[in-house]
Amino acid sequence: MMVAPEKVVRSTCPYCGVGCQMDLHLRDDLIYRVEAPFDTAPNYGNLCVKGRFGLDFATHPRRLKRPLIREGGPGEFREASWDEALTLVSERLAGIVAESGGDSIATYACAKATNEDNYVFQKWVRSVMGTNNVDHCARLCHAGSVTGLQLAIGSSAMSNSIGEMEHLDTFIVTGSNTTETHPVISLFLKKAVRQNGAKLIVIDPRQIELTDFATLWLRQEPGTDVAVFQAMAHVIVSEQLYDSDFIARRTEDFDEYVESLESFTPEWAEGVSGVPAGDIRSAARMYATAERAAFYWGMGISQSTHGTDNALSLTNLALMTGNVGKPGTGLNPLRGQNNVQGCSDSGGLPTVYTAYQRVDDPEIRGRFERAWDVTLPPKPGLTVTEMVDGALTGQIRAMVVMGENPLMSEPNLSHAQHAMEALDFVVCIDIFMNETGELADVILPSASFAEKDGTFTNSDRRVQRVRQALPPVGESRADWQIVCELAQRMQRLQGRDSNGFHYLHPEEIWEEMRALTPDFAGITWERLEREGGVHWPCPAADHPGTPYLFENEFPRGKGKFWALEYGTESELPDEDYPYNLTTGRVLFHWHGGTMTRNSRLEEAFPEPLVEMHPEDARGLALVSGGWAELTSRRGSVVCRVLVTGRSPVGTVFLPFHFVEAAANLLTLDKIDPRAKIPDFKMAAVRIESCAAPEGREGTETPLEERGAIREPTKYVH
Amino acid sequence: MAEDPVTLTVDGVELTVPAGTTILEAAAQLGIEIPVICWHEATTANGLCRVCVVDEDGGRLLQPACIAECRAGASIETRNERALRSRRTILEMLAASVDLSEAPEIEAAMADCEADAQRFPDARAREHELIDDNPFYLRDYSQCVLCWRCVQVCAEDAQYTFALTLDGRGHDTQVATAFDISMTESPCVFCGQCVGVCPTGALKPKVEWGLEQGLAPDEIRSLTRAPRRRREE
Repeated sequence: MMVAPEKVVRSTCPYCGVGCQMDLHLRDDLIYRVEAPFDTAPNYGNLCVKGRFGLDFATHPRRLKRPLIREGGPGEFREASWDEALTLVSERLAGIVAESGGDSIATYACAKATNEDNYVFQKWVRSVMGTNNVDHCARLCHAGSVTGLQLAIGSSAMSNSIGEMEHLDTFIVTGSNTTETHPVISLFLKKAVRQNGAKLIVIDPRQIELTDFATLWLRQEPGTDVAVFQAMAHVIVSEQLYDSDFIARRTEDFDEYVESLESFTPEWAEGVSGVPAGDIRSAARMYATAERAAFYWGMGISQSTHGTDNALSLTNLALMTGNVGKPGTGLNPLRGQNNVQGCSDSGGLPTVYTAYQRVDDPEIRGRFERAWDVTLPPKPGLTVTEMVDGALTGQIRAMVVMGENPLMSEPNLSHAQHAMEALDFVVCIDIFMNETGELADVILPSASFAEKDGTFTNSDRRVQRVRQALPPVGESRADWQIVCELAQRMQRLQGRDSNGFHYLHPEEIWEEMRALTPDFAGITWERLEREGGVHWPCPAADHPGTPYLFENEFPRGKGKFWALEYGTESELPDEDYPYNLTTGRVLFHWHGGTMTRNSRLEEAFPEPLVEMHPEDARGLALVSGGWAELTSRRGSVVCRVLVTGRSPVGTVFLPFHFVEAAANLLTLDKIDPRAKIPDFKMAAVRIESCAAPEGREGTETPLEERGAIREPTKYVH
Repeated sequence: MAEDPVTLTVDGVELTVPAGTTILEAAAQLGIEIPVICWHEATTANGLCRVCVVDEDGGRLLQPACIAECRAGASIETRNERALRSRRTILEMLAASVDLSEAPEIEAAMADCEADAQRFPDARAREHELIDDNPFYLRDYSQCVLCWRCVQVCAEDAQYTFALTLDGRGHDTQVATAFDISMTESPCVFCGQCVGVCPTGALKPKVEWGLEQGLAPDEIRSLTRAPRRRREE
């Protein structure tokens, strides 16, 4: 018998940064069908497997339903009432602030929570704890891009909108496995190629699916990105393919940059990167002579000890060819999480309030002090990578983690685990127990995206509504409600009037944030309801929003060319650790796996697999489905092997979603000096065939019978 | 170089539309809804189901409104007896061979032209086993009207994955994977665009199916990749 929905709720997908609009069909408090409206940006009827079929985590029995207080060792908890848990947390945090100052507390805002959750969170941290120690996982994903873009043009958001992709002329995808990490964006990119004849250049060491659609694929050695892009710049300069007019009007330091380029010939780059000089020339010519050309990139550019340089090598190319500030062009970092843009926009960063207004600017700080009626700390806070180190030195005593899982996502996990164990007090606010939660002193159960109202901001800066579809599971509460409770209790303990945290609905929070943020001034709640989404910056109610940025000028005034040097601090393979390990995501999973591994997506991709080139596999006497132990200088993991030509010879790929073979036990915590981002794409490992580990569930099943795991033989080259 | 707009009448009402407008679109501008099965706003119209046929100037052949462009001076009848009879016969033949119980739009179209679902009682029904080969959705091709939408969105109309194709000939034609391998072996990425455009319930999320069967939430959650299962009547 057909079921009819009790209600249909329009909301925004909680997975990647595309921000797909979806209609949740509900019956008996179950999301039983997810459809996408065909007439609505940004996804126009399309979804991927995670959005369409992977939302059942929301009603999974493992959801946290009551507050938990630790008694005994890690993972030993008892249930508690909200009052007891909130009292305990506020007393401990207020006590630590009183004894050691607010700067002894470190906090993780949440790239999965709403703008409203994050705004209230950073307001609590700054105005009640008195510290700017608030950061989030953007540090671990796009800090390299952010820093590079800030240096070159003064703004770090994706410059152009998803809607423009269909009409691309030429575009470069680099360091992004778009079909798996931003599947719906990849559809528009494929469409541009297949239906409009756009030219796609893929620059990536892995043979990702988009190479099937590419006019040209440059397969550089991992970590040699700067060499390839600098050589492209060299070609554009020596063949005079640059846009002199744009360079004169909109940029500075071009002449110095040209001088610095002299040694970066395509022949030199071929020696470094393995990409034939002729292909570098072709790519440079295609990019420079296109009417409109755009860059799209992901973690492959950003997550590196030279992530900032990688990003700058892209901005240099865009600036010299004038491929920015027009539709269908631009510098487009694809954001990984549903609201990583919004979490940054809402002030979830140690240096800025909402929309990148600096905490160390007295005028801006004064405005926030007057609005919040409190004195605010002027010193920028610690980044997440610095927080972990601070915990080991004793500088940090307590940590508040909202909806993140640093003990899966930080590099060199053993180091991070020691740091967390050294803390006096850890609070987690989350929807599931996860690896970080195991170490917490108190866990507060929060409501999932399906159980609350608010807004997410997607990768192309479009603010969109999240709407409540289900009642909160158990006693869980929305993150903003939990934070408000804690803030009020701490204010009372500090002998202050309890004010600034008495919101009745996320709409009030958004409106307060809007009033303090010129870039959001025109995006009223009512307008979001009416229009479905608005791209910031939007300075006034009658402003249409801004799908593409920098039409007339850059936030820093002129775009700046940056001379670059070639070199790497990354860990290179050597005799003892002869393979390069690169990490990333697969289509069916999401980051630390907290959501996807509690959904039916787990059935499709139930175990970690290390991807390895056939030549390497032969050398190691390994076959698909065989077991291997991967060891780096920091740790060791065991998983099965998938032999595939997707990986280049000498480089293996391991997704980081799986705790049973946590890729970040192997990665290196060395960081980019400017962006403070770790290098998740390069770590030296050795690999040995090994016996199947005892007791790991389901792993005696042949690989090809495990869900949608396939031997991608077509990729073997 | 835009061509001149076109003026025509639809069901006696005159209107002017840009060149290239289909009869279906022109009629919609007048609030006239022509029933159609295979057409979808997200897929390339290919005039397959012929339910949307209309009479143009009493011409020898009825025109499929979803792909026929408006011609200057044409007089279109969307519901004269000739158009209705053709529409009715197509729907009656469809109802004779396909399970339309979960296709309310088609049932409405049948009611609209007074089609008799029992007109061809001896027709051979399209009977297929329920295919349960992946964790996400089920396929019941006894409900499939071969509108092709799923094949189209899997290919150039959305996903560019090309996991679906048509298998067999004539009455035995069926949507299938190449060589009829299971979905998990095929290139399918389980985006579910096919489920999103299926007009008859032939493609259905597993959770929805479980709910229809009256299963409890934990039973629905355990509906993963069980062996092929016959649908309970």
